[in-house]
Amino acid sequence: MKKTITLEVNGVPETADVEVGTTLLRFLRDGLDLTGAKEGCNEGECGSCMVLLDGRPVNSCLVLAVEADGRSVTTIEGLGKDDVLHPLQKAFLSHAAIQCGFCTPGMIVSAAALLREKPDPSEDDVRKALAGNLCRCTGYRQIVDAVHAAATEMRAAASVDDEAGSGRLAAPEEVTA
Amino acid sequence: MPTDLDYLAPTTVDEAIALKAMPGTAWLLGGTDLLPQMRAGRKAPERLVDLKRIPGLHEIRESADGGLSIGAAVPLADVETHPGVLDRFPLLAECAKTVGAWPLRQRATLAGNLCNASPAADTAVALLALDAEVKVASTAGRRSIPIREFFLGPGLAALSPGDLVTEIVLPAASAGFRGSYLRLSRRKGMDLATVGVLVGKSNGTLPARWRVALAAVAPTPLRLRAVEELLEAKGAAAAGEAAEAARVACRPITDLRGSAEYRREMVGVLVRRGVESLG
Ligand SMILES: Cc1cc2nc3c(=O)[nH]c(=O)nc-3n(C[C@H](O)[C@H](O)[C@H](O)COP(=O)(O)OP(=O)(O)OC[C@H]3O[C@@H](n4cnc5c(N)ncnc54)[C@H](O)[C@@H]3O)c2cc1C
Repeated sequence: MKKTITLEVNGVPETADVEVGTTLLRFLRDGLDLTGAKEGCNEGECGSCMVLLDGRPVNSCLVLAVEADGRSVTTIEGLGKDDVLHPLQKAFLSHAAIQCGFCTPGMIVSAAALLREKPDPSEDDVRKALAGNLCRCTGYRQIVDAVHAAATEMRAAASVDDEAGSGRLAAPEEVTA
Repeated sequence: MPTDLDYLAPTTVDEAIALKAMPGTAWLLGGTDLLPQMRAGRKAPERLVDLKRIPGLHEIRESADGGLSIGAAVPLADVETHPGVLDRFPLLAECAKTVGAWPLRQRATLAGNLCNASPAADTAVALLALDAEVKVASTAGRRSIPIREFFLGPGLAALSPGDLVTEIVLPAASAGFRGSYLRLSRRKGMDLATVGVLVGKSNGTLPARWRVALAAVAPTPLRLRAVEELLEAKGAAAAGEAAEAARVACRPITDLRGSAEYRREMVGVLVRRGVESLG
C-alpha cells in the first residue's frame, strides 16, 4: 500500500508516494539518489545506513519511510556544504581513517551526532558512540583519532565564533533566528 | 515485506485501541524488534499502528505516589540519561545502556523491550528488581500488571491482542537501590546478553534490602527472591552462598551464545561479584 509523505532531507522539502514496507534507507537511496548511506546488514547491526532523524542518529534500515513523514533527515550528503567538507570528513581523510570506505558515511554521521551532544568527548565516549558502526577493513584507532581531531577543530572554530560574536549586542542565536 | 502492508499513525490511545480491532494489526514503537522479525518472516502483520505520534506516550513524569512513569514511546536513550532515573532508579539506567548500541537506543523503547518478552531483555531485569507496574489500555478499560506477572515464556507476555502498554511505572518504594548489571556478551556493543546478572542493594534502609535478577538464563527474565532473602538475613558475607543458590535456581539452555553449563557457572561468578561489590 502506498502513502504520501512530506519530509525535509538535508534541508530540502520532499514529497513522495512510498510503499509502507519501504525503509527510509531504500527511499533515500532509490527515491532520492542519496547513496551515501549504505545497505550493509539490513538488520540494524552494522551502522552503515546511519542518518540523523530529527537530529538523532538512527539505523535507516530499521525505520520505515512512512515513519519519517513530517520529520527532518540529514544524511552524509547534508553534513558538508557544497565543496566544503565537514571537519569530520576532513579529519577522516587526513588520519587515513578510511580503507574501503563502505562504513565511513555511517561512522561520520554517528560521530557528528556525538559531537553535537559532547563537543569534547573522551576516548570511551567515542568508542561507545561508534559501537554500532562496524568497520571490517581496519582497526578503529585511526577512526577514534580522526573524531578527536575533528572535535578539536570544531571547538576552536566555535570559540572563534564566540569571540567574533562577543562584541555584538545580540546573542548569536538571536542573530540567526 | 508484503506489498499490501498498511500503516496508520493515530494521535490518541483511544484511536489506537479502536484500530487494533482488525485482525493482523501490530503495534509499532521503535520497530527494532518488529521490523527485523517481519523481514525474517517470523511475524507477518497486515497493518502497523505506529504509536509514536501519540503525544502522551512520550513523557517521563513523576507519578502521583512519588514514583516515575515512563511513557511507552520514550526511547531508551532518553531513559538512560533522565535525571530522575539516574538519581532514584540508577539500576534501570545501568540495564538500559547495555541494549544494542547508542543509535539503536534512539529508536528502541522500554515498552518494546518488555513486550517482545525476550528471555534476554536487558531492561526486564531492572523492572523486575524494581517491582515496576505495566499500565495497559484496551477496549475493556485500563489496568495495571505487576511486572512479576508479565513474562510467561520466551516471546510471551501477559497481554491480550488488544492490549496497548501505555506506560511503565517505577514505584517510589523502589527508589534508591544501587548496584550493578554484570553482563557477558560476545562483543561489548550490539549483541544480546549471554548472561546478565543484576545485583542491587537499598540505600540507607536498615536492615538493607537486596535485589537479584537474571537475564538470558531461563525461559523468562528471573527475579530470585529467595537469594535476596538470604542476603537480607546474612548480608554480603553470604556472597558465596547467594552465588550457589542463584546457580541452582537458573534454568539456562545451550544456544549459539553459550552452553547451559557455561551460563550456569557464570551466574554463580557474577552474583558473587555483584554482591561483594556492595559489601
Ligand atoms: C542490532 C540489534 C541489537 C539489539 N540488542 C539488544 C540488546 O542488547 N538487549 C535487548 O534487550 N534487546 C536488544 N535488541 C532488541 C530490541 O532492540 C529491543 O527489545 C527494543 O527495546 C525493542 O523496542 P522497540 O521500541 O524497537 O519495539 P518494537 O519493535 O516497536 O516492538 C516490539 C514488540 O512489541 C509490540 N509492541 C510495541 N508496542 C507495544 C505496546 N505499546 N503494547 C503492546 N505491545 C507492543 C510490537 O508489536 C512488537 O511485537 C536488539 C535489536 C537489534 C536490531
